[in-house]
Amino acid sequence: MKARLDQIRKQVAEQIRNCDTTEKLNEMKVGVLGKKGELTNLLKSLKDYAPEERPQIGQLVNETRAEIEKLIEEHRVNMEKTLREAKMKAEVIDVTLPAKKTELGHRHPNTIVLEEVERIFIGMGYEVVEGPEVEKDYYNFEALNIPADHPAKDEQDTFYITGDILLRTQTSGAQIHEMEKGKLPIRMLAPGRVFRSDEVDATHSPCFHQIEGLVIDRDITFADLKGTLAEFARELFGEQTKVKFRPHHFPFTEPSAEMDVSCFKCGGSGCRFCKGSGWIEILGCGMVHPHVLEMSHIDPEVYTGFAFGVGLERITLLKYEIDDMRLLYENDIRFLKQF
Amino acid sequence: MNTALSWIKAYVPDLDCGDQEYCDAMTLSGTKVEGYVRRDKNLEKIVIGQILSIERHPDADKLIVCQVDVGGRTIQIVTGAHNVKEGDKVPVVLDGGKVAGGHDGAPLPQEGISIKAGKLRGVASEGMMCSIEELGSDRNMYPEAPENGIYIFPGNAEVGSDAVEALGLRDTVFEYEVTSNRVDCYSVLGIAREAAATFRKDFVPPVIAPTGNGEDVHDYISVEVEDKDLCPRYLARVCKNIKLGPSPEWMQRRLAASGIRPINNLVDITNYVMEEYGQPMHAFDLDTIAGRKIIVRRAKDGDEFQTLDGQMRKLDSQVLMICDQEKPIGIAGIMGGENSKITDDVHTVLFESACFHGPNIRKSAKRIGLRTDASGKFEKGLEPHNAEDAVNRACQLIQELGCGEVVGGMVDVSAVLPPRKTLDFQPEKYNRLLGTSVPEEEMLAIFDRLGIGTEAKPEGGVKLVIPYFRQDLNCDADMAEEVARFYGYDKIPTTLPRGEAAMGKLSYKLRIEQKARDIVECCGFSQGMSYSFESPKVFDKLLLPQDDELRRTVTISNPLGEDYSIMRTIPLHGILTSLAVNYNRRNKNVKLYELGNIYLPKALPLTELPQERMQLTLGFYGEGDFYTMKGVLEEFFRAVGMGGKPEYDPQAGKPFLHPGRQASVKYEGVTLGYLGEVHPEVSDNYEIGAKTYIAVLDMPSVEGFTTFERKYAGVPRYPAVARDLSMVVPKEVLAGQIEEMIRKRAGKLLESCELFDIYEGAQIKPGFKSMAYSVTFRASDRTLEEGDVSAAMKKILNGLEQMGIELRQ
Repeated sequence: MKARLDQIRKQVAEQIRNCDTTEKLNEMKVGVLGKKGELTNLLKSLKDYAPEERPQIGQLVNETRAEIEKLIEEHRVNMEKTLREAKMKAEVIDVTLPAKKTELGHRHPNTIVLEEVERIFIGMGYEVVEGPEVEKDYYNFEALNIPADHPAKDEQDTFYITGDILLRTQTSGAQIHEMEKGKLPIRMLAPGRVFRSDEVDATHSPCFHQIEGLVIDRDITFADLKGTLAEFARELFGEQTKVKFRPHHFPFTEPSAEMDVSCFKCGGSGCRFCKGSGWIEILGCGMVHPHVLEMSHIDPEVYTGFAFGVGLERITLLKYEIDDMRLLYENDIRFLKQF
Repeated sequence: MNTALSWIKAYVPDLDCGDQEYCDAMTLSGTKVEGYVRRDKNLEKIVIGQILSIERHPDADKLIVCQVDVGGRTIQIVTGAHNVKEGDKVPVVLDGGKVAGGHDGAPLPQEGISIKAGKLRGVASEGMMCSIEELGSDRNMYPEAPENGIYIFPGNAEVGSDAVEALGLRDTVFEYEVTSNRVDCYSVLGIAREAAATFRKDFVPPVIAPTGNGEDVHDYISVEVEDKDLCPRYLARVCKNIKLGPSPEWMQRRLAASGIRPINNLVDITNYVMEEYGQPMHAFDLDTIAGRKIIVRRAKDGDEFQTLDGQMRKLDSQVLMICDQEKPIGIAGIMGGENSKITDDVHTVLFESACFHGPNIRKSAKRIGLRTDASGKFEKGLEPHNAEDAVNRACQLIQELGCGEVVGGMVDVSAVLPPRKTLDFQPEKYNRLLGTSVPEEEMLAIFDRLGIGTEAKPEGGVKLVIPYFRQDLNCDADMAEEVARFYGYDKIPTTLPRGEAAMGKLSYKLRIEQKARDIVECCGFSQGMSYSFESPKVFDKLLLPQDDELRRTVTISNPLGEDYSIMRTIPLHGILTSLAVNYNRRNKNVKLYELGNIYLPKALPLTELPQERMQLTLGFYGEGDFYTMKGVLEEFFRAVGMGGKPEYDPQAGKPFLHPGRQASVKYEGVTLGYLGEVHPEVSDNYEIGAKTYIAVLDMPSVEGFTTFERKYAGVPRYPAVARDLSMVVPKEVLAGQIEEMIRKRAGKLLESCELFDIYEGAQIKPGFKSMAYSVTFRASDRTLEEGDVSAAMKKILNGLEQMGIELRQ
């Protein structure tokens, strides 16, 4: 009996080796281990043996069966691996062939910068709103402490529709609209399009964008203005950015300042970009003039606030090193695709 | 405003700082320095030499050989200049030195020109004698310099000393950007006062000594101001026995450094005082003034007047004139007249020092088209007290420089002068606004340096007395700024606002716009931006009928030109122009979009603000067609929560679109916009040689249907049953009609109905098209039975039959 089992084992091992497909292997497995297989037959013949021999022989048969099953399984794993490898080998592709492109469109660089600025101020609790582009003289000038005959009115080269209606020259009017809503405190960011009658050239456009900011609350200080804008500059231009505040004059803020940031190209050592100064002028700002608060029915003895205005194109041009403002309004796809 | 540092130092004698240090400190205290130029740039090793002898060059007729004493030694210089003679003192650049430019006065080279010893036609030359042009200046600023020749110093010049110094070129000219509120700083004294305060040095303004002989100016001239609103103060003084001649060197040098050409003592004094005090003055020849009377009045519409530059100027009744008893003799604040100008045989001079209404001067100068140094100062609104100091200073200089004899007294025709201003000293308030804790004493010290006085209030506390020249100081915030400027903006702490933490957010409108950008960009469209104003000719290019509502525009009264004269009422021109630019540059497959406003007037002429409506405009040429564009719109609708089915009405009525390829887009019965293929004639007008598709969505109309709310509706658990319908359809039947019928008849078991094939051609009979739909049914609560589906299908088939549609087998 033992000899017979050894013989079967050898024979089957040989057969397994010769199987080169899963089908053949299955067929062979059924042939050996199946209901009509040899091992099954051997087990069936157990009754021919003496009862005391039966357990021993039965065990022998089962051991052989397990061994064969193991062999088959091993061979199956190896064979499948080989087959898969062969298949994959045949499936090699040229990875350097061109990509199948889902061509995405591109945001305008102005919008990319604007969204970045919005993200920063939203993080500081500002609500982003808009004011009208065609505006009343009152909101563009008078309520901002720029009465009739004020030189600033001429300086800004205003487009007029009628004597009283104009294209806004600055987003600052959005401050007034926000204050007039009568809801305090205020943390507002108002981006938008503004207009000035400048002829089109590399550095001028009659149509451009500003971003206005306004904070009104009790105990707002110039130190808060500095802290807020320094934070903004670091977020926008990088952690290492330094800021410098210079006194300036705007009719609707007092004290007023302009903010420079350390040149983000050279880091402040001076380069072509910052014209050697190491600093780049970025925005105008100041504490809201008490007269402006009063005109908008806010008591300057109780509330103070600060405001700032950023030229969007200026930052876009600087950030991306674009040397001609006209490119922003020409919409050549080869330009837009770079952003 | 350009001023030499040496002039500032005349009033701040202890000022001692480098150029950059000065520039930085002044900028940080609020007097912004735009830049500076060293006047001795590239002038190296240049001394005063004296020519001892001149000989002819042995081999060159045009050259001479000079022996020049350069202080303790003699060098030989060969030159081609012929204006020199033995004994002349000249600037000599030594071997290894540098000059700023060539003798031709061409633009100065960046690095200057190096001078080395060498040989000229075989004769050694150890240096070079210089012309004023080689020293970086010109004869305008150094009128004594010869034309085309070596500069010659006066006889008392010290041989061997620094020639650059002797010419007043060891100096730096600073350019200031003065803010419009600081009228006082459009003057050397104003800047000097700021410099003194910035560097904490003493400010030493000129002391104006009283002038005038025993005569009374009123015997010489009388003044009448008719328009006091336009001329709050008019002062007149008279100087007689005028002796014209060059002004002293120091005055010429200061004027030259400020870019003002020295002329003669009289002109130079008025210019000098204008710079020094910021007060323009005009000198009239008194003998030309008829009736010895000045009348200040408005011109009449249509008057003409010849200004002293010889030009005829057209006037109107807004222009203020200086007149004598018979005629106008000057345009107030802008320019004097040809008829009263100072000539070489002037004997008696009338000095006018006046204040005019700034805005009037500004507007007059603009209308006349003549903006002068004087009008540039007057238009800022000059302070009346300063006019008096200035005219007295001018008379003092006349006397000191021996230019004439000053007549006693002053004619003063003034409206009420501005009163003395005081403000309560409020140190806590300043600190509260600034977020600082600057001590009171420091604040008072700052005010003191700025000339702001103090006086005790009877009820206690301190009052600040604002000097007349500080027209800009009117409230506590102004005073806080003065503290901040000199305490140092950089020393103010940086904090963040306290108070309730607010939620930052985009307005809902902006959120929708942001979503629109995201979606259309994912669909391959890039964002463009175009101007809000355009030409009225755009409407013709877009084939809009003459009476089209869109031709009613918000019109700019002072546009840059017709091309930018109307606010757009339709957003297509920008996108089509941009596509045309790309097409012209041979860019392939260009897809652009813009989010921008149109401006619709409510009534014309405009009495209230127009409606500003945000438009999402898409346009492309190249790969894709009408249905590509339609797909983009539907992606956007889905993304903003518009789950319903948009409808497309081919009767959009847009003249600029292909009549058979346009549709208005409707949602729940509301028109949201339109899309279509651009009319070939419009494409021609824009010179786009490819089929172009556009879509426009009116965002305010869309916004009402949008939502960011989403609810989970469950994933289907029971299987779907699909049926394909292949049919032959009369050509005029629209897919939308078939779908609508299917949707209505299939009932709520219908999950979807998708067109998967459409064909017109050879195998299909004329007037028909082949279409194939896949119709899918599903119930959410059970597996469908055959009966459910066949009942629905039967209804659909009946519907098809009624529409004249045959099934294909």
